[in-house]
Amino acid sequence: MTQSVVVQVGQCGNQIGCCFWDLALREHAAVNQKGIYDEAISSFFRNVDTRVVGDGGSISKGKICSLKARAVLIDMEEGVVNEILQGPLRDVFDTKQLITDISGSGNNWAVGHRVFGSLYQDQILEKLRKSAEHCDCLQCFFIIHSMGGGTGSGLGTFLLKMLEDEFPEVYRFVTSIYPSGEDDVITSPYNSILAMKELNEHADCVLPIDNQSLFDIISKIDLMVNSGKLGTTVKPKSLVTSSSGALKTQHKKPFDAMNNIVANLLLNLTSSARFEGSLNMDLNEISMNLVPFPQLHYLVSSLTPLYTLTDVNIPPRRLDQMFSDAFSKDHQLLRADPKHSLYLACALMVRGNVQISDLRRNIERLKPSLQFVSWNQEGWKTSLCSIPPVGHSHSLLALANNTCVKPTFMELKERFMRLYKKKLPFSLVTLSDIPIPHDLEQGVHFVACTRHFSFQISGRFL
Amino acid sequence: MSIVTVQLGQCGNQIGFEVFDALLRDSHSSHGLCCKRENEAYQASCKERFFSEEENGVPIARAVLVDMEPKVINQTLSKAAQSGRWKYGQHACFCQKQGSGNNWAYGYSVHGPRHEESIMNLIRKEVEKCDSFSGFFIIMSMAGGTGSGIGAFVTQNLQDQYSNSLKMNQIIWPYGTDGVSLFLKVSERPGVVALACNPSTLGGQGGQIRKSRDRDHPGDLMEHLVPHPEFKMLSVRNVPHMSENSLAYSTFTWAGLLKHLRQMLISNAKMEEGIDWHVQPPSSGLPSLGKMSLNKDLHFNTSIANLVILRGKDVQSADVEGFKDPALYTSWLEPVNAFNVWKTQRAFSKYEKSAVLVSNSQFLVKPLDMIVGKAWNMFASKAYIHQYTKFGIEEEDFLDSFTSLEQVVASYCNL
Repeated sequence: MTQSVVVQVGQCGNQIGCCFWDLALREHAAVNQKGIYDEAISSFFRNVDTRVVGDGGSISKGKICSLKARAVLIDMEEGVVNEILQGPLRDVFDTKQLITDISGSGNNWAVGHRVFGSLYQDQILEKLRKSAEHCDCLQCFFIIHSMGGGTGSGLGTFLLKMLEDEFPEVYRFVTSIYPSGEDDVITSPYNSILAMKELNEHADCVLPIDNQSLFDIISKIDLMVNSGKLGTTVKPKSLVTSSSGALKTQHKKPFDAMNNIVANLLLNLTSSARFEGSLNMDLNEISMNLVPFPQLHYLVSSLTPLYTLTDVNIPPRRLDQMFSDAFSKDHQLLRADPKHSLYLACALMVRGNVQISDLRRNIERLKPSLQFVSWNQEGWKTSLCSIPPVGHSHSLLALANNTCVKPTFMELKERFMRLYKKKLPFSLVTLSDIPIPHDLEQGVHFVACTRHFSFQISGRFL
Repeated sequence: MSIVTVQLGQCGNQIGFEVFDALLRDSHSSHGLCCKRENEAYQASCKERFFSEEENGVPIARAVLVDMEPKVINQTLSKAAQSGRWKYGQHACFCQKQGSGNNWAYGYSVHGPRHEESIMNLIRKEVEKCDSFSGFFIIMSMAGGTGSGIGAFVTQNLQDQYSNSLKMNQIIWPYGTDGVSLFLKVSERPGVVALACNPSTLGGQGGQIRKSRDRDHPGDLMEHLVPHPEFKMLSVRNVPHMSENSLAYSTFTWAGLLKHLRQMLISNAKMEEGIDWHVQPPSSGLPSLGKMSLNKDLHFNTSIANLVILRGKDVQSADVEGFKDPALYTSWLEPVNAFNVWKTQRAFSKYEKSAVLVSNSQFLVKPLDMIVGKAWNMFASKAYIHQYTKFGIEEEDFLDSFTSLEQVVASYCNL
């Protein structure tokens, strides 16, 4: 069994990371009744005997003593990390796996990437090496960050290059939160474009997500639940969105529900690698099957169902509805409409009590309404994991390598150009005394490239 | 006359388990329908062929399990142990942690050479345990990374090291809408026979074909069905297909079963359901000269050789004349040479009568052609190529495979 290390960078990254670890613990607690440290848990947690002083005390078998997350927490200001360390999850994190500073990056990619990058390079490398050493067989780094800020965006992407150099055999999966239209950070277009360039070159797979879509999904669920449309068939609190029963404090923070969705995404992504099933799909297979060309590695994700039904015996119609929903634009975690764009490849990761025949039937049913590129008409990758997520009887994660990412990137480019044309607010950017314009040009060039690529694919190969 | 099974990858291991389980269940089933002595002889030979004895009487399968990630092997081993009736050898498996990532190149160029020695050692140990070793049965899928990549590598090695024994590859064909990076690289090596199986008709068939070999030397199978090294793709069909619950209420006649089987052969049907009864062999009895004429419908399945295995009650009365029709066969082999039948009174599992057809015919032409077409499309767009060149498979290797496959398709097409 392989292990993965989660690197959470910046405020957004750490908040999502916190939700993720909470959910992961709950999932493993539900599955592993005996409390034995097994291979499934070892993919994200270490078993440590805390009575032993020093770094040793790692136990590979037997009962669980104390679980430590395989995580590295990085933030250039202390607020968020401190809160995590004072919260109920404090024992899950190894205090030696943190890197914090005081002042923050000031929402400036250049500060995050260049200034803090060079300042903390050695420390970061050391922590990463340590966490890799604790792993028997490290397969993947999961990086969680936002694109619009300074630390997540700048330092997060600086990490990528470092990981590629130090651990070339290990996959780099990046979960990036893209800024939405009404973003609270003015310089977010600059930060995002600069970060995009790094993602393009150094990441193996990127899962772009934006806040607006998450927000829309939450609103829709609330509407469904509160309007009583589905009557008693829907449980009021879905585990996808709420953390009821979680270790965290009762009063919810504003982004909690949204972060939970992303956390669920990561758990479902790794479920087939951690748990058994009749059709396994490991993380390296995701990259292999969904990335036909090295730079086109942006996967639009969607998660269904979003609420739990109280009726345990799900009639087939509900199952089919789950598949249909996965392709609807309301369920995507990015503002995108995959149904009306071109698919390069698509992966369906199913969890729970679903049969292969159901899977096949639904693929056949949905195929006519989807457009696949000409040389990959049968571009489906499927996996079946027998363990469903907590509180659900089955679930589906769809990953689509689809040209519908184009509008998001184009919009980003537009917003960037608007700022750039007015040379706004360059004073903030050139604070760090580095020739920024060159990078910005490159960033814009990249977005143009992506557009070119997707046009190529849709135009030439169709 | 022992056979060692090599199970590769997730698919190979899952199917391998089903085959051994079916074998043993059949062996112990009570509907022998034959005299006690014959039944005992059957059980003994079945056991000896596929299992070796352990001290406490639990048979151990003669198998080597190979996979690049541990989940499936663990599952398979525990399922076997739980059944209580048989199990796998404790040290008969080889596994790694990371998997092959659905990448043929990774399986073939990286995992293969790296683990060559360990895997071949395991196989050698199994072979040494056999009193009289007759051949290998290799189960793998085409679409994955381990099954197809390491499968190809291991088969090559086996051919080098054990060139005199039979090697039969049971390959699982990818389902119609499966396999995103579908890359077929079937290396054609002498002595290797490919038994293509569609996922819809699995373990039972495997069990059937192997049981049938109780009576004769597996080498005979080769001899009958593979007259020329260029043509070694076999297919297996069996009748009847029925759920166990309905078996008690159905009766079969040999005439009916054989008629269905024959039509399945000539219309290239995979299952008893939905046979196309309109397809008929050419009427004059002489195969058309020169190229295939248009009215010799491409639906008609010409065979090179066929083997029918009949098991069950009153088997001696079964009439197989329908299979001796020269119209079914190519012109370069007389029906008397091309067709063989093996009969045994001992029934298979709960079926009172069952018939299996192993055929070397054109059945594979269409699927192979389709896959080659799709792969070529992808290759022309250079899609996914970087994933393979990363591990040393260059474009020339792709082109070589395409050429050899086109050759096979053409040869079968021109029958």
